[in-house]
Amino acid sequence: MRVAVASGKGGTGKTLVSTSLAWLLARDDHPITYVDADVEEPNGHLFLHPELSDCQRYARPVPQLMGETCSGCGECQRFCQFNAILALPDRIMLFPELCSSCGGCVLACGEMALGEKPREIGSIETGTAWTETRCPIRFMAATLDVGEARATPLIGGLLDRIEDRGIVLIDAPPGTSCSVMEIVRGADLVVLVTEPTPFGLHDLVLAVEMTRALGKPVTAVVNRSDLGDDHTRQYLASQGIEMAAEIPFRPELAEAYAHGEIAAAASTELCSLLLPLERRLVAEASS
Amino acid sequence: MKQLVVISGKGGTGKTSIVASLAYLSASETPVTTADCDVDAANLALLLPGEDIRTEPFWSGRRANIDAGSCSVCGLCAEQCRAAAIRIEDLAVVDPLACEGCGVCELVCPEEAVFFVDNQAGVWMERRTAFGPLIHAALGIAQDNSGKLVAQVREEARTVAERDDIGLILVDGPPGIGCPVHASLTGCDLALVVTEPTPSGEHDLERVLKLLDHFRVPAAVLINKHDLSPEFTARIEALARRAGTQVVGKLPFNPEVPRALARGEPPLAVEAVAAPLAEAWERILALLSTSAYEGKHSPRLESVSVRTSTEAG
Repeated sequence: MRVAVASGKGGTGKTLVSTSLAWLLARDDHPITYVDADVEEPNGHLFLHPELSDCQRYARPVPQLMGETCSGCGECQRFCQFNAILALPDRIMLFPELCSSCGGCVLACGEMALGEKPREIGSIETGTAWTETRCPIRFMAATLDVGEARATPLIGGLLDRIEDRGIVLIDAPPGTSCSVMEIVRGADLVVLVTEPTPFGLHDLVLAVEMTRALGKPVTAVVNRSDLGDDHTRQYLASQGIEMAAEIPFRPELAEAYAHGEIAAAASTELCSLLLPLERRLVAEASS
Repeated sequence: MKQLVVISGKGGTGKTSIVASLAYLSASETPVTTADCDVDAANLALLLPGEDIRTEPFWSGRRANIDAGSCSVCGLCAEQCRAAAIRIEDLAVVDPLACEGCGVCELVCPEEAVFFVDNQAGVWMERRTAFGPLIHAALGIAQDNSGKLVAQVREEARTVAERDDIGLILVDGPPGIGCPVHASLTGCDLALVVTEPTPSGEHDLERVLKLLDHFRVPAAVLINKHDLSPEFTARIEALARRAGTQVVGKLPFNPEVPRALARGEPPLAVEAVAAPLAEAWERILALLSTSAYEGKHSPRLESVSVRTSTEAG
């Protein structure tokens, strides 16, 4: 079962919740994979401290000129919707950073003058997190190269490599754009982490609309639940969305986080707060 | 005209509430133009009340449609679509949320059954506020191209700043380091990176400073909630020193801040935070008045280890 841990707003506690859930499930002997899909700013490794067994560069296809058969007709430039090709009278200029890797220019070229070559945009890592739990946490993460613009293809590559054994927790980037959609589309359940502030609520509404557009079941975790107002709870109730957990602000949680510790490992209170959600995941994964 | 962009790498460090505070501080002297470039989750308008005097559609890209009358259900389009946006059932069906509008389906369709409709990806708005004009936007659910919408918001912000003869644009940037962030910071005179004293804050700050160096935008750092971890605050200060970047301020954690935000007020409304914010603003103004990229391209940052530098495996 794949569970996406997402949020509209950034910094609401996705990584805190997903690493804590992974730790709890492992502690209770459930096979678990943690996947860090926040490829622009991946942080899960800072808390799970995994031993990496494999790191592969990830590449996506972009066009390249093959041989001397280009007649300069400009058909490739006319086809490309992403302005990645400029056909000048005497040569073709390619802008791979703008390319969407659709492959259409190669098909459109009547002279068979275009082929494809791989362009590296990031790395995909796999490993194992040996926490003090009995069962290890399988760890996967991807990191976008600094300066690369498009995260979605790398996220797709990461998701393709997941082995669906037991519960797979996917730590998503913030927002509701296509890279988050890519993750939510393949999820069986979406856990939205939010906070009871006007910003949290505004972005939660967008995230709920996104999950609805994709027809995914959703549950919510309200973090720093005592620092804010009641509108978020009212909204969740009005939408019939179950509140899986409310996590109050606790200095010891902030401190554990600041020391790179898994919050659940440092707080028995957090363990009991997340227990109903853990039970739900276990029940749904085995059904 | 000067442009200050506020970014963070990590989400939730306080970009938007700090931009709103800076707008208050700046507008006490002269009006300022603000631009909310976090178009995925635009929140600045929640802290800058006023009336939206213009709302314009944002068109971006196109979506494939298949004419059921002409489609022979041969399946070529689905086979060639790398976005996996076409399913073959009784007919070929396009998933508009997955379609990128590339046109491969049209190219391979033997029946000429594919046609395209322009895609409205969102809206952008001009708001009149007590501080000056605000340009903000809303990207539609599940839309791509937020980088293009960011570029549009910045273009409109420049236009209204020129129209109203305003000398400063404050840009509220998105989290991350990808396309919308690039679109937010190109051409800015200074980037204020708001970070927090945690391992994630430190890790993401390294990547953001590398990105700013890549785009040759001068940087300054503001540490939010610094008292939550003196240890990581010291590490972030050391990182900023290594990168040759000034720490313009440190704001304390204060539970009154989320309460003020809940009332629609910026952190500046909280006394304990107001004084360090005002001091940071003075330093930012000093940097803005002298800012120019000093060509410190990389040597100092090369020593900063960043996880992306892993070689081919």
